[in-house]
Amino acid sequence: MRPAAAFGIAALVVAAGLLAPKLPVNTYYFYAGYVVLQFVAVATAWNVLGGYGGYINFGAAAFFGAGAYAAAGLFKAFGLPLPLQIMAAAGVGVALGAAMGYLTLRVQGVYFAIATLSLVVVLETLVHNVEYLGGARGLAILAPPAPAWFGGRTQFAFFVMLAVAAASVLAAWLIENSWIGRGLRAIRASESAAECAGVPTLKLKILACAVSGGLLAAAGAPYPYYASYIEPGTAFSLTVGLNAIAMPLIGGTRSWAGPVMGAVLLGTLQQVATVTISSELNVLLVGLALIAFVAAAPNGLLSLPRRPRSKDAIRHD
Amino acid sequence: MTDSIVTMTHIIVAARGVEKSFGAVKALRGVDLTLREGERLGIIGPNGSGKTTLIDCIAGVLGPDRGEIRLAGRDVTRLPPHRRARLGLARTFQIPQPFKGMTVLENLLVPLDYSGGPDRLGQALAVLRSVGLDRRRDDPAEALSQLELRKLELARALAGSPRVLIADEAMAGLSEAEIDEVLKILFRLNESGIAIIMIEHIMHAVMRFSERIQCLETGRVIAEGTPAAVAADPVVQRVYFGEQARR
Repeated sequence: MRPAAAFGIAALVVAAGLLAPKLPVNTYYFYAGYVVLQFVAVATAWNVLGGYGGYINFGAAAFFGAGAYAAAGLFKAFGLPLPLQIMAAAGVGVALGAAMGYLTLRVQGVYFAIATLSLVVVLETLVHNVEYLGGARGLAILAPPAPAWFGGRTQFAFFVMLAVAAASVLAAWLIENSWIGRGLRAIRASESAAECAGVPTLKLKILACAVSGGLLAAAGAPYPYYASYIEPGTAFSLTVGLNAIAMPLIGGTRSWAGPVMGAVLLGTLQQVATVTISSELNVLLVGLALIAFVAAAPNGLLSLPRRPRSKDAIRHD
Repeated sequence: MTDSIVTMTHIIVAARGVEKSFGAVKALRGVDLTLREGERLGIIGPNGSGKTTLIDCIAGVLGPDRGEIRLAGRDVTRLPPHRRARLGLARTFQIPQPFKGMTVLENLLVPLDYSGGPDRLGQALAVLRSVGLDRRRDDPAEALSQLELRKLELARALAGSPRVLIADEAMAGLSEAEIDEVLKILFRLNESGIAIIMIEHIMHAVMRFSERIQCLETGRVIAEGTPAAVAADPVVQRVYFGEQARR
């Protein structure tokens, strides 16, 4: 597929989203659909560094929360419209990702993972102590009404998140099919061999961390508008960090389609469970799904069609 | 022009007084190495003598504690490996390190992304043909046999159009026929002008291939010269065969 075709498909998806509010369905579907799309964006963003590059980032919630609070802060301070909030939040995420990458990506493996985890704690503690952002109490957002076409704020938030998710997947596709993606996959396979083949591994990892951080922050930016309220516990939630890792692992980390499939599958399952059983069941579901997939499809759903046939199947031929 | 200047212009790799320690273990104790353009240099020595540490220092994977490394006259001692690769230094690894999850062709496109011309695909296919891997171009790297993995390592190193190739035990684990095949490839590469440093435990291969041999022992160069001279050196014989070999 050529880049122009990928841009075309992404534009078509967004255009289809414009028609979605006209569907005769309950508003709740848009409310739940927002969460699924949010996880499509989060999982795709995480996969840029974690999947292609093989650097496990436990701090997805830090970028997500930073994006959400950047948007909320900018709205409170300047009344910025939602698209500008998202762009500014993405900029904050890029800066945060580049800074974290510069400081931590010289170390490999578990040290990087620990450093990313600590970023969540640092940022959450910081927000707890900033009165302007509501501190531990949180911040209520009195956002303006949605454009008339969408019929309501939930439908508009759904559309905006669809656009963010489509942009994230498009960015991941472009990276995957470029020298950046090839370099990152080489790093994942063997960092020393990649470096000796001429790949500037540190620069590429920082770039991936910055892009991933920007996309994660963009995914968090519409949250205050969607929920009309933001508080540190939700913005820097364990659920975000956990899903960001679990969804690509379930779908498959080597291609853009893996995180999308994982997010749609697990995100939908969580929403159904929330309505039918309990919202507290979500984390348990993630854990069970991870165990099931580690056992049955350790390389994710995408690897299943390529798995060799079992000995039994061959014997019966 | 003096003789010394003429000699200097022909030196492609020069390591001077390279020292490297890992904690209390001194892996290299002031090693000198010189490689001329188009030369075939063999490095031998028992396990733990410092061969791989030396080439890791030359390739930039390890930074030496002391000493200097020059590539084509330029001091590269503090340059990272990818910068040295772009200056024309390529290497293979003792244990093949293919880029798993990528096809054979994609493995070659990685170095070409940084050093290739406008027709990278054409360049990659030409290199694959030169090592006999063109039929495997679309296969995943992890599906290759041991010989093919060795060839892939060579092909990936060559894709960057190097002036120097360091082959670190490129024939380990291969049969005699396969060793011959790899040697033919290495001879052909050398004929095309690439200077080659071969680190090898397979003595008949390194003796046959090298124009000059350097023998390391406990981080020091203990002998240097033609293959015949080094093989006949009593110090080398003692290192390889023990004290009785001298009697």
